[in-house]
Amino acid sequence: MIPEIGHFALIVALFLALCLGVLPIIGATRDNAVLSSAARPLAYGQFVLLAIAFLCLTYAFVVDDFSVLYVAHHSNSQLPVIYKISAVWGGHEGSLLLWAFLLGGWILAVAAYSRHLPGEMVARVLGVMGLVSVGFLLFMLLTSNPFDRLLPAAIDGRDLNPLLQDPGLVIHPPMLYMGYVGFSVAFAFAIAALLGGRMDATWARWSRPWTTVAWVFMTAGIAIGSWWAYYELGWGGWWFWDPVENASFMPWLIGTALIHSLAVTEKRGAFKSWTVLLAIAAFSLSLLGTFLVRSGILTSVHSFAADPKRGIFILSFLVIVIGASLLLFAWRAPKIGLGGKFDLLSREALLLSNNVLLSVATASVFIGTLYPLFMDALGYGKLSVGPPYFEAVFVPLIVPMVLMMGLGPLARWKKFVLPELARRVRWAFASAVVIALLLPLTMGEWSAMVALGLLLAFWIITTMILSLYERLGGHGNFMQRARGQSLSYYGMQLAHLGVAVFIIGVTLVSGYEAERDVRMDVGDVLREGGYEFRFNGVTDVEGPNYVAAKGRVTVSKDGKQVAELFPEKRQYYTSGMPMTEAAINTGLLGDLYISIPNSNGAWAIRVYIKPFVDWIWAGTLLMSLGGVLAVSDRRYRMRRRTKSNTLAAEGK
Amino acid sequence: MARFILPFVIFMIVAAFLFVGLGLNPRELPSPLIDKPAPEFTLPQLYAPDKQLSLQDMKGKVWLLNVWASWCTACEQEHPLFMDLSRRNIVPIYGMDYKDKPEDGKAWLRRHGNPYTLIVSDAEGRVGIDYGVYGVPETFLIDKQGIIRYKHIGVVKKSDLDEKILPMVKELQAK
Repeated sequence: MIPEIGHFALIVALFLALCLGVLPIIGATRDNAVLSSAARPLAYGQFVLLAIAFLCLTYAFVVDDFSVLYVAHHSNSQLPVIYKISAVWGGHEGSLLLWAFLLGGWILAVAAYSRHLPGEMVARVLGVMGLVSVGFLLFMLLTSNPFDRLLPAAIDGRDLNPLLQDPGLVIHPPMLYMGYVGFSVAFAFAIAALLGGRMDATWARWSRPWTTVAWVFMTAGIAIGSWWAYYELGWGGWWFWDPVENASFMPWLIGTALIHSLAVTEKRGAFKSWTVLLAIAAFSLSLLGTFLVRSGILTSVHSFAADPKRGIFILSFLVIVIGASLLLFAWRAPKIGLGGKFDLLSREALLLSNNVLLSVATASVFIGTLYPLFMDALGYGKLSVGPPYFEAVFVPLIVPMVLMMGLGPLARWKKFVLPELARRVRWAFASAVVIALLLPLTMGEWSAMVALGLLLAFWIITTMILSLYERLGGHGNFMQRARGQSLSYYGMQLAHLGVAVFIIGVTLVSGYEAERDVRMDVGDVLREGGYEFRFNGVTDVEGPNYVAAKGRVTVSKDGKQVAELFPEKRQYYTSGMPMTEAAINTGLLGDLYISIPNSNGAWAIRVYIKPFVDWIWAGTLLMSLGGVLAVSDRRYRMRRRTKSNTLAAEGK
Repeated sequence: MARFILPFVIFMIVAAFLFVGLGLNPRELPSPLIDKPAPEFTLPQLYAPDKQLSLQDMKGKVWLLNVWASWCTACEQEHPLFMDLSRRNIVPIYGMDYKDKPEDGKAWLRRHGNPYTLIVSDAEGRVGIDYGVYGVPETFLIDKQGIIRYKHIGVVKKSDLDEKILPMVKELQAK
């Protein structure tokens, strides 16, 4: 009964989404206030129904209702309850339901927090989001209904993929989807602005906080996924340039360009049509990511069952949504005009160049990801493009990007004088160079790549210190000055600092990591990187739904024990799948990482020493926190305000 | 204002590719290298970098050259097939570790098993260029005179092996 209620709720939600996608937009075009004002109640109703559907599926999982096909495929009576709940989004159908539910949530949030916006704008924005929702609900109901019955019911379920039985995977998909779906808000604002023909800076101001929030979720979601891969897959890697990872990385890159571009459009009224295009592109890439993941069109470690019917549906949906948006853009954008003028040497120009570099980076990831598909389509067979390509194209793009990133916050709007700027940053640059040249020596071996990476990171840090010094330094009350800066300024600096921390992590771990693969007997000792690893044998332990061989490795340095690590090799009952659980000793200066890889016979132990690897995730955390600070800025908490001349006065 | 329509045009081209990609069956295309002498090479061996292997050493043998890399996810798909083939002792398989760090290649083989009679390391990908490798995996069948008789781009499937490669191997070995 409960699954039928869920199914019915989805159907009604589809109906409400259809109304939401049609009525308010007609209302806005015809100036019909009654139709326009239907948007909010429809948005609320849709959310309630999606929440019911989502709860019904969760309930089916929690009570082990194996008469539901999806539950029988992705759960098991012995699965711990927390994983029964996260198993809701452990497969294709449930992921879509999560998508739709989160989209409903974003629509609800926009409906609730848009009272200060013109009614016609709200009607259009909610309408566009309603249309997106229609697409996903139709897709779910026609090709991937999570509530399909299995009669007679299975006695027990097939169990959730053991890889997904992990705390990281409980939160990674919801965070990432919040990001994906959140870009629909910026998209809807851009389309609404194109439809309404109101292309002043106001739409940028309205969509900016929403975009930043979506970006924060996405940053955190990708970081959690990468962290999960690091400790769960047992390879010690943190990024694999896998198509599914790339599918989330592309909207993130464009989203990053978008939040910078929105800032310029809001403050300076410049590059308006470019910002609109980025808003469309960010969400289009989110949809494309869904298509790549869900259609099984590319081979990936995240393999999902391929289903051509589903592929055709999502592709048609992509063509309709993205194609229509880009046509609308082609029709309306020429009237937007270019907006505020700026000099070749100006903060605008720096931001625009960075935007272009981010877009080129996205394009190169896009080409690398889809290249095997293009080759296949042209009849050249299946192949894979790996890290050598991505690393070769990415590093040359990062270097100029980071150099401009340091200058951006220091440069003036409209026009700056190059010699003056150069004089201001000379000490920042000199100290970054000195640190970059000397620091690698303390790590043992000097290498040019490490020095380059550190130069980039410390360039960001020294220019940040310079910017803070110029704003907060000097005579008078420091606290008053510090309080005078906007939260969004601190947010930006914090996010940029996050980039620096991230670069330090990547540089040092790839420059100085060590890996050893050895066969060990009880009592054997392995020496690596100044540490001694003693293997003390293996004991059998039993988990809730698996048995495991648990190794014990004591790590000592200079005769003193620094850690005791317990890597596990698990065998899950239902799926029979062997799993490697790495044991990691995390530290500020690096990780000691031990896993027992797949092997037969004697115990093979893999030891990694990963200097500064956690800085990678610390950096992404700082980026996210920067985003949170930026949206906490008081101007977003004010309901109404006059034209943003105070913003200009803040000197941002 | 033609430039504003450009995003739409690019997107439609991509969509067309995606559409074709959905219903795809990998087909073989004749390679310009087929029935031509295999390009000369001299490369260090993966497990003995001070020793080298060159094309000359292979004269008089029918052999498979499999180009792979540790970073290649597609290679993992065909790997069990080669493991099986090597146990059957029909044809020697020589590996070329392409654009890869030797440590990574060795670690990958420890993880997945080593079906190769011998492996050469083409860390820079120079020899790969001569062989027209633009992605991995690729597999070449080379005869006793050192002439490339067959080239397979992408993952070798069981049907490719049974219906194409092995019959050709038998025929060439009989010559």
